[in-house]
Parts: sequence; C-alpha cells; structure tokens
Amino acid sequence: MFLAQSSPFLKPGLSVAKMMRVVTLLMIPGIVTAIYVFGYGILVNIILSIVFALSFEAFILYLRKRPIKTYLSDSSALLTAVIIGVALPPLAPWWLTFIGVLFAIVIAKQLYGGLGYNTFNPAMVAYAILLISFPAQMTTYWQTPTMLLSQVDGATLSLLESINFQLFGQLPANVSIDSLTSASPLGIVRTAISSGAATIAEIDTQGNAFGMLGGIGTEWVNIAFLVGGLVMLRKGLISWHIPVSLLATLGFLSLLFGSFELDSNPSPLFHLFSGATMLGAFFIATDPVTASTTPKGRIFYGAGIGALIYIIRTWGGYPDAIAFSVLIMNMCAPLLDYYTQPRVYGHGLDDHQEQ
Amino acid sequence: MNAKQNNTIAQTMKETMYKLWSFPGGITLAGNKSQSNQETISTAKTPKQLIIPLSQHIGQPAEAVVKVGDKVLKGQLLAHANGAISAPIHASGSGIVSAIEEHAVPHPSGLVALCIIIDTDDYQQWFDCQPLLSDADTAEHSIHNLTHEQITTQIAQAGIVGLGGALFPSAAKLHTAEQKQTETLIINAAECEPYITCDDVLMRRRPEEVILGILLIKKVVGAKKCLIGIEDNKPEAYQALLAAISGYKLPNTEPQIEIIPVPARYPAGGEKQLIQVLTGKQVPSRGLPMDIGIICHNVTTAAAVYQAVYRGEPLISRIVTVTGGAVKHPQNIEVLIGTPIREVLDQVGVAYNKIEKVIMGGPMMGFSLPSIDVPVTKATNCLLISEQGELATPPPAMPCIRCARCSDSCPMSLLPQQMYWYAKARDLEKANAYNVFDCIECGCCSYACPSNIPLVQYFRYAKNEINNEQKERNKANIARERHEFRLERLEKAKQAKAEAARLRKEKLAKKKALDAKKAQQENDATPSDIDKKDTNDSADLIQEAIARAKVKKAQQQAQKKNTDNLTADQQRQIDEANERRNIE
Repeated sequence: MFLAQSSPFLKPGLSVAKMMRVVTLLMIPGIVTAIYVFGYGILVNIILSIVFALSFEAFILYLRKRPIKTYLSDSSALLTAVIIGVALPPLAPWWLTFIGVLFAIVIAKQLYGGLGYNTFNPAMVAYAILLISFPAQMTTYWQTPTMLLSQVDGATLSLLESINFQLFGQLPANVSIDSLTSASPLGIVRTAISSGAATIAEIDTQGNAFGMLGGIGTEWVNIAFLVGGLVMLRKGLISWHIPVSLLATLGFLSLLFGSFELDSNPSPLFHLFSGATMLGAFFIATDPVTASTTPKGRIFYGAGIGALIYIIRTWGGYPDAIAFSVLIMNMCAPLLDYYTQPRVYGHGLDDHQEQ
Repeated sequence: MNAKQNNTIAQTMKETMYKLWSFPGGITLAGNKSQSNQETISTAKTPKQLIIPLSQHIGQPAEAVVKVGDKVLKGQLLAHANGAISAPIHASGSGIVSAIEEHAVPHPSGLVALCIIIDTDDYQQWFDCQPLLSDADTAEHSIHNLTHEQITTQIAQAGIVGLGGALFPSAAKLHTAEQKQTETLIINAAECEPYITCDDVLMRRRPEEVILGILLIKKVVGAKKCLIGIEDNKPEAYQALLAAISGYKLPNTEPQIEIIPVPARYPAGGEKQLIQVLTGKQVPSRGLPMDIGIICHNVTTAAAVYQAVYRGEPLISRIVTVTGGAVKHPQNIEVLIGTPIREVLDQVGVAYNKIEKVIMGGPMMGFSLPSIDVPVTKATNCLLISEQGELATPPPAMPCIRCARCSDSCPMSLLPQQMYWYAKARDLEKANAYNVFDCIECGCCSYACPSNIPLVQYFRYAKNEINNEQKERNKANIARERHEFRLERLEKAKQAKAEAARLRKEKLAKKKALDAKKAQQENDATPSDIDKKDTNDSADLIQEAIARAKVKKAQQQAQKKNTDNLTADQQRQIDEANERRNIE
C-alpha cells in the first residue's frame, strides 16, 4: 500500500499562519514610524496587547477543548493584537489594552467560533467599545508628535518612563499629562470647523495640524503603512479591490465636497494621509474573514468604508472613523457577497455570447 | 536542438499573431516536464499476462465475445461495443484467454471490475489488420477518397476513446458532430498538467501521425476551421508539427490547420478553458462544445485515428509518461493496454523503497493508486511515482478564513468557499444553487487554499450526494407513480364492476319484466294488452315492479295450490318432516 490521498497533490508553501505573520511583519515600517512620531507608548501597547491576546486565546482554546498549539500558531491573534496596539492612544493605561483585547479575542472572535467564524473585525470591535466606554482616555492620551514638540514646548517620555506611566500611572515629577499630549490633526480640524472658530486657511497658519501631505506626524505613519500595504499587494497577500476602492472613494468625496466649500473642507490628501487611513485601507479593511469575498463585492465593500469614513469624519461625532466604518460594512458583507456573485462559466450566455 | 534555439522558438510562439482570449483564475505551476520529455519513446515488453478490463471508457462496458480457453491473436476483438455509447476492446497480445473474471483495476479505492486475462505466447502474431489507406498513399488525395462512414466505422471498430482523459468513445462523438454544423475543430495539445509529457513526445517524435489523424477527423466533421491549441512551453513539439503540416499542403479551398500557442497556465488544457482561450466562446452550462459549433479532440486520439486508418490497428497500446522522484530514468514508454503497472515500473527502473505515492494521471487531477498490481488502461497517460517530500502531504485543514484565493483562482468563476460551506453543512440544495455541478475538479482552489482545505473533495462529495439524492427521488417518484397507477387501476376495476352489476341488474329487470308478462299472460289470459305495450318504455318501471309483485303473488298462489289438495298420507309426511326440523 502506498500513501493514499485525494488530488491535487501539489501545494505551495502558503499557509494561514504564514500569511498572518507576513502581514504582521509588513506592519513594522508603520509601527517604527509611529513609535518615532508618538513615542515608546506604542511599543508598550503592542507588547502588552500581544501578551494579553495570546493568553486569552490560549485560555479560550483550552475551554473549548481545541488543540492550543495548532490554533495559537496560526498567528491570527498576533495580528489582531498588533493592530489593537497600534490603534490605541500611545499613552493608554494597561487596563485599556486589557479590556480592548478581552473584547476582541474572547467576545468578538472566540465566542463566535474562533478564526474564520467571526462576523466583525475583532480589533475594530475592541476599538469601538473602548471609544464609547472610555472616550476621555481614547481621545486625549495622544502624545504630541515629535515634529511639534519644540513648537508647543511639550515633553516626551523615555521607554522606562512610558512603561512606568502605562503600567502604574506614575509620571516623572515635572511632567503633567497635559504637557505630554496634544490634539490630533483630525481633531483640531473637526473642532475648529464645527465650532466655526477658524477656516482651513486659518488652521494652516497656526501650523499645528497640516504637514506636507496630511496631518502633522500622522502623515509619516500613513506613508509607512502605505509602503507596507503596497508590498502586500505586490506579494499577492491582498487583492487591490478593497484598498483602492476605499482610498478612491474617500479621495473622491473629499474632492467633491472640498470643491464646494474650500474654507471648511481639508484637501483629499489630508484625508488620505491623516488618522488611520492607510492602516485601515491596507491592514484592517482587508481582513478576509469579515470582508466581502467576490471581486465586485470587495469593491462595494471598500467604497462603502471609504464613504463612511468621510461622512463620519465630516459630519459625525468622532474625529476618525475607521472602526465604525469597518464594523458597519462588516454587517453588509454577507449581503454584498450574495448579490455580487460572478457569472459562472457557461451561464447566462444568450446576451453575452452574441458577438 | 540547443537551449538558445528553443528560446527563439518560444519567443516566436509568444509573438504568433492570433487573437487569443483568456480565462479567469488559473494558476502558474512548475512544469516538471523536462525530466521525462528528453528521450525517445521506448517500448514496454509484452508481459506474461495481460489483464484487459472490459470497461475502459464512458458508457456501457464492452461485451465479451471470447471464452476461456480461446486462442486470440494480437489485435483480435475480445469484446464488442454494447450500445451507442460504448467501445470495443481488443487483445493487446496473442495468447490464450485464461480467465474472464473480476480483477483489481486502477481506481483510488482499489475497485475490482470484469477483465479478460490473456496468458501471452512468444509469437505475438498479429490479427489480419485491414487498413483503409497505406503510408504510401499521398495524404490529401487518399483521404479525400474515403467516405465519412468508412472513417467513423474504422474508428468505432478500433475502440478509440478520448485519450485526453475523458474516455468518451470517439466514434460516438464524431457521429453527433456529423449531424450538427461544426464550425471549428479544436485539437487539444495543451497538456497543461505538470509532469505529463506523453502528448509532447508524441508530437515531437510522430508529428506526421498526428497531422494525418487530424486530417482524417477534419474530413469527418467537415469543420470550417481547425485549430491546434498547444501551450507555449513545448517549442519542440510546436516546431515538429509546423514542419509536418508543411508536408501536407492542403488546397487553398480547404481550411488550413492552424497551430496556436496558448500561454502556459493551468488549466489551459481543460476543454472549456481551451475553447474559451481560442475562440472567446463559452460552452453552455451542462451543454456540449457541439452546442456552439465546436468539437474537441486530443492529439493522442488523433494519432490513434491515424493508426486505425493507415495501419488497421485497433487501440491496444498507448504512450505512458513514467516520471517522479522515485523513477531512475523518467521517460515515455509505449505500453500494451493490460500490462500490469508493476511490470512497466520494473522495466523503467524504480527505487521501490523510495516510493511515497503512486499517482495515475497528473499531480493536479490524477488519483493515487493503493496498489501497482493493476493494469495500464486506455486512460493511463502518466504514472507519477513520487518520493518522500516531492509532493505535498496534506497538513491538517484549518478553518476557512474567506480569503477568496479559491474563487480568485477558479477558472469557472465559481465561489468555492461558499460551495464548501454548504457542502460541509450538507446543504446540498444550496451547493447546487452555487453551481457545484459546473466544477471541473481542476484542483486550483485546493491548491490555492492557505487553510489546506481539500475543497475539490468536498465538491466531489456534494455532486455525488446530489446525484444519489436525485436517483432516490426518481426511484420514489417511480414508486409513487406506480402506487397512483395501482389506485387508479383499482378504482377503474371497481367502477367497471359497478357498471357490470348495474347492467346485469337492468338485464335482470328486463328479463323479469318479460317473465312477468309471460306470467300475466298465463294468469290474466289477456296477453294482447301487455303485448301491445312497449317493453322498452322507461316510464314503465313501476308497471314492471307491479308485474314482478304480481308474478310473486301468482307463484305464492301456485305454491299454495301445490299444498291444497294433499292426501292424509302426504300431510302426515310433511308434519313429520317439520317435526324433525324442529328437533334438530
């Protein structure tokens, strides 16, 4: 008897675990840039998040009597953890990360059946729940970007100081939380425009929001994530549909409305290179489990997220909107899949083949 | 031919000006063809025993015409075609029929089937072959003189089936094509699966046979266009065919044979995909290429047609690619149908201790054999003998992450992840609604799946289950119809019975009425009155009833009259009898 098996007998070395790890690796340029811009807090967030995520995952797998090693090594929890770590405010206290990861891994992922069965993007569930439950921490614990430090005479924390603050809530003697943080560019623009305090041109002259392309500081993080994302596209890890349609819709809408009211609408480039746009477009919206799967469906899905980002940023209650946009479109994914099935070979030929 | 030349040929193949279309999905695979396509075609020895299965084709198994103990010659008919879709089987060597029995045949589960077993002799004497043409005949002239009927009969009698893997009896296919208007004849020379090179070496070494075979098929189907689709990774075969075609210049009035290189991308050699690439058309779902005026034949089938017409030889051998890591000298070898695979491997040279899997067919669509003590059949195009680590061993399947790599790679534009979902949940109706029956089982989705889910296996399962369910439903339907028919029949019988009873009653009534008349005649002695009455008058039912009552009365009276004038003796006897009755 020889080894019996069903065809095909060829298999490339690709696996879910490898895909997850490569995607995580390709986030490193963005993470390093984010650490440079926002300080060591990001690094602490990521490490805490990974530790919590793997522990929760292992615990739940144990409870569900699943092979722990096999499922832990698929690295999906790792990727979720890293995304949460990057998304949280750089000065987030440890319990914020803890609660976020708890919701992501235990509730959004494992309670729905684990990898492949969750309806909602776990990292975005975590983010949305934290944003609603702890709005103060989530919006104000953003460290002043390195580029603005000299301008606002702000302080920054070393790695040890950062750990000390995030784990034990102790700041160095002469530093206050206010001297560490500043509003994000998206937040500044939103507040100014909605209260009518300043026009775009006036905000520009203040010099604390606009960089060369997008928001000060965040533009570099966005560029770094864009680079990682392009490598993913090139390697065929993700398809172009979602990021391209997302960015195109966001850019188009900001161009469209911006051309009516220049005073109150920042440029498309500002939208594309501020906040978490690139992280969202390439690393979050492309989560295969919760996205649409058909080619057309993926285009609608990406476009939907892009449109929602613009709508929430411009008229909604939050400065950035990746989490809500992604979650809302997660709900639409099954419907999109159903109504955008491709025409199967040899079906519906009558109107097609008469050339 | 050196590598540089090859490159230039490959370049010209790529630049050939012929508008091509493309198919969605598909995957790029390492060819692994150079191991086996370098050598000439060797010939396998005649084995001591030939095991020839009666079913080597789609359709009804052939019916044996020899019995145990018969002496048969090489090429002699062993079993004739049984029905319209069937093919005859011939002796691939001379000898004695030693048994007609069940024997293991190449099948993933080691199935047994009826085989004719021949103990071969040393003479290997041929049966009297009757070719229609000889090699000396100049092609265009001689083929022109043959009739369609002659060619198809020769093909049918030679037991030729689709040798690309479909195994559909070629004559039956040609027969249908003849009745329809065929626009395009496509010769499939793509050979897109890795490792397999039997078509490649056939075209390289015997291009004339291929071209003449194609001319014969072309003559039968009368196509307006004839295209040979060949993957651009076979520059030598392309070159050889080009040279061979130039030897058979067709008159300008006739459509020329065109050789079209197609980009090497699996599964470009799938019939539906090749049609799409060459013509831009799609075969209707659950239809045939014939429905859009196209007929497809494989190059090896064309060569078999040549053999049948020019040599009079039936299909008793085929070229088999023997390759893989455990084979010492990978090569193509012409093997008699019925030769045990073990003997082929012995001759080629295989490191038996290194074997991990024995696959019949290619690595994408072939199946693994549990044993090598099975015969080579008309379907055996390749024996892939892999060593440890050469092919994938399936790692445990992980959950589907809906990454859509399967649907992105599907050449039929199906949604494998959805079909998998429903097949796994046994929601067969849904699986069917997602067109699982359009799946060609090419294996692209399984290959592309990062979760190692054996998708194709799920689809085979779903198709099987749906087919079984359909069969069950048909059976149930037949039973229900029978039952309903029975009820109907019973109902009819009941009605007929009632009708008969009614008629009988009427008849009886009439008879009684008649009797009554007679009685009245007797009693009243006024027959003329009643005689005048129309007995058919329906309004006289009451009259009849009255008449019947009268008859009864008359009879009773008659009875009374019977006992009126009894003697004392008679009376005594009656009394005694009555007394006895009472006692008893």
